[in-house]
Amino acid sequence: MLHKFTFENSKIVMDIYSGAIHIVDDIVYEMVDDFMESTREEIINKYSKKYDKESVIGAIDEIQALIDNDLLFTDDVYKDIITEYKNRNPVVKALCLHVAHDCNLACQYCFAEEGEYNGPKGLMNFEVGKAAIDLLVKSSGNRHNLEVDFFGGEPLMNFGLVKDLVEYARSIEKEANKNFRFTITTNGVLLDEDKQKYINENMSNVVLSLDGRPEVNDKMRHTIGGKGSYDLIVPKFKSLVDNRGDKDYFVRGTFTRNNLDFSKDVMHLVDLGFNEVSVEPVVAPLDMPYALQEEDIDDICLEYESLARQILKRKKEGKDFNFFHFAIDLSQGPCAYKRLAGCGMGTEYLAVTPEGDLYPCHQFVGTEEFIMGNVFDGVTKPEIASEFASCHVYTKPKCAKCWAKFYCSGGCVANAYHEHDDIFEVYDIGCELQKKRIECAIGIQAEMLDD
Amino acid sequence: MKHIKTLNKATLKSSMAKGGCGECQTSCQSACKTSCTVGNQACEK
Repeated sequence: MLHKFTFENSKIVMDIYSGAIHIVDDIVYEMVDDFMESTREEIINKYSKKYDKESVIGAIDEIQALIDNDLLFTDDVYKDIITEYKNRNPVVKALCLHVAHDCNLACQYCFAEEGEYNGPKGLMNFEVGKAAIDLLVKSSGNRHNLEVDFFGGEPLMNFGLVKDLVEYARSIEKEANKNFRFTITTNGVLLDEDKQKYINENMSNVVLSLDGRPEVNDKMRHTIGGKGSYDLIVPKFKSLVDNRGDKDYFVRGTFTRNNLDFSKDVMHLVDLGFNEVSVEPVVAPLDMPYALQEEDIDDICLEYESLARQILKRKKEGKDFNFFHFAIDLSQGPCAYKRLAGCGMGTEYLAVTPEGDLYPCHQFVGTEEFIMGNVFDGVTKPEIASEFASCHVYTKPKCAKCWAKFYCSGGCVANAYHEHDDIFEVYDIGCELQKKRIECAIGIQAEMLDD
Repeated sequence: MKHIKTLNKATLKSSMAKGGCGECQTSCQSACKTSCTVGNQACEK
């Protein structure tokens, strides 16, 4: 399977099953499509009308050399392997702890319904949190690296528990031969100096929610009374990042139909001094006024291209920053297993509610048919885990024939479920945007190589 | 080569030889948490 596209001056041919990516000239870009269906003589005859015959023959020879070296038109060797891999004995390696189903903001697009997930307000207690950590250790087999993400609602509303659980996990990790990595996602409202210091010392990653320009942020991210959050949180985020050293963080925003010119928001965040930026498309019911619609796809793709050009310009000026969705590691990235297996929802990754219920992931919380068990009894509905384990790019018809499957792992299962009531479907708008982002990410690298 | 420059070689198939240990960071395909999408994850080996 091949995928071809252009970005700025680069013509790019991807060989999907080998992972090889080639930058080619006009002749190769045109003739590569004919290569498997036509004879050498037919190709020479066809393209010699438009190009110099010697160049045509040279291009044919180069394409043939790639084929001979398994860099073009390679076969799919993954289908059976991934099924076997996904059917291994399941281990849990990551938990999303919903330490607070409550929030001190009322962001309009929140999938968690102001932190409550269609359920009651509530804070997790230590007994539930400790049982969750114990379950993770017990269920993780010989995996050494374990992740715990403090999530909400707003996790700083239950920060005492966060600290107690970090202390507890640290107290058992050596004996259990585990390495805990903690992350936290916050809206910043309660982020005082003590919490900033604690997070910088103890969290391997922190996600700071901020949408971009003040008017864009405050339209969606405001208090219950309607007061914008920008002025309150930006100084706190800057202070945290200034003191974070080289540890990971992301300033993470959401764009909606209200700001399809979101590249301005990305650049605003960069100009505030944040170098790790993520601004991502809202996922919302289509009848919401801010939800992205199918007719917006072309405009959003053009905006991604515009953003990619701005990033390229800054890279060439030596003012580099990381836009999360264009970050792609072509040579040292994840292995084929990881690329095909995806996020591990419902198997390697589980979400825990304040009451201790287990869900396949945070995006399913509140949809009770997906409750898989609880932290005290473990997974009591293994059939749910089995169904999620069987959900991967080769069991989703749309993914199996898509060129992007090794880069997106089939997209978000929860998004697909919410659109189609079927975890083996895909979220179609998301797919189109994902494909454009992959092209931009590879295009930036191609243009940098050309320099 | 005159007509083709290879940006990335065939790393995918060879990644299976050492891969599958599962020690890498969990990804979030919706990116609602920006934990990680899959394309930029680092291999732990």
